[in-house]
Amino acid sequence: MVGTATETDRAWAVLRQVPDPEVPVLSVCDLGIVRAVHVRGRGVDVVLTPTYSGCPATEVIAQSVHDALAAAGFGPVTLTTRRAPAWTTDWISDEGRRKLRDYGIAPPSGQAAVHDGAVPIRIQVRGVDCPRCGSPDTERLSAFGSTACKALYRCLACREPFEFFKPI
Amino acid sequence: MTAVAESLRLNLTPPVRYVLRWADACLIHAQRLSEWCGHGPVLEEDIALTNMALDLIGQARGLLTLAGQLEGQRFDEDQLAFLREEGDFLNPTLVELPMRRSSAHSPGGDFADTVVRNLLLATWLKQAWQRMASSSDAELAAIAAKALKEARYHQQHAADWVIRLGDGTDESHARMERALARAWPYTAELFAGDTVDEAAAAAGLGPSRAALRDDWLREIDAVLAGATLARPADTPFVSTGTQGVHSEHMGFILAEMQSLQRRYPGGTW
Repeated sequence: MVGTATETDRAWAVLRQVPDPEVPVLSVCDLGIVRAVHVRGRGVDVVLTPTYSGCPATEVIAQSVHDALAAAGFGPVTLTTRRAPAWTTDWISDEGRRKLRDYGIAPPSGQAAVHDGAVPIRIQVRGVDCPRCGSPDTERLSAFGSTACKALYRCLACREPFEFFKPI
Repeated sequence: MTAVAESLRLNLTPPVRYVLRWADACLIHAQRLSEWCGHGPVLEEDIALTNMALDLIGQARGLLTLAGQLEGQRFDEDQLAFLREEGDFLNPTLVELPMRRSSAHSPGGDFADTVVRNLLLATWLKQAWQRMASSSDAELAAIAAKALKEARYHQQHAADWVIRLGDGTDESHARMERALARAWPYTAELFAGDTVDEAAAAAGLGPSRAALRDDWLREIDAVLAGATLARPADTPFVSTGTQGVHSEHMGFILAEMQSLQRRYPGGTW
């Protein structure tokens, strides 16, 4: 039996409440890592994709998704990891970008840097606006940040440091 | 009485060997990078080195899982990482050489060795992932497409450092020169050819290492030019880690990496 549209909608609604453990202001749906939801009767299959190969949150996210759906009455809940196509920050929703900015993290542009990398000079990411004061006058402090997905920046206008969600 | 985990007996067919080589290159490189955790020259770099190690471990996990499926006995990523004998590890020798810590044949401890190695390997892996992204094996293609994005960032970061230190003070330039001279003889193995590579290339599984050399050299030369460093001359020496014949340093890495699972088989926390 194929799940009704209502049940599928309900499953998505549950998933929109599951936070990313590293950036709790974002749900797993905002992040774009829920690739498919199939409801069959009371059971549900969810297809997830990892953000970074080594992201330590991957297992926690899978557990959270499982527990939230089970708590909402779905069962059995099966999770599948799908690597292809590879996750890109372009999949972060507009709502997700707004939430990131409000949280103090500069969101990625939505146009992941595509470059052949033939000459490995530093890619100067443009358009990293300060999430606090909005100034485009910012500089990178560190290529890597507190999690795999972020870099550390500083605003030269308001002098506040902030995190930037790296576009990939 | 203490339990001791038995080592795996593996059926190392050419495709399994091919995938294990890339898995082990990532795994052992990550293990060496992890030695910097808490010891980075500056906090930002401590975070960078361990973040890169984390990406590499993630890549290794996917590749080890795939190797386990191809091998046929359903060994998982943990069993393959923790219960293999040294001779069944197939990483190039370069990744196992001491980097942060000193040893009899390597001074270690110089950050220059780390940034040089990161550049050489990130550029190599990037070239490999680019080609492997169109592998005939869908899972290998997916792992590579993802790893490619990460390797690009690693390469850029390593190139930043090589240029900053190479084109830096007389002291930093001299240290970079020595680090490059130490690492260079081990790069021959990164492009050595053999039947495992030929079979993988013929089957469309992935590129031969030899096929990566021209593009790798072009990118390395560009960075070295920016760093005012001369490329060392090639030597006849070819290391043999990818054949399972390792340097004296490998056993110590495995002793540290595997001790817990050997002592407490199947232990979890």
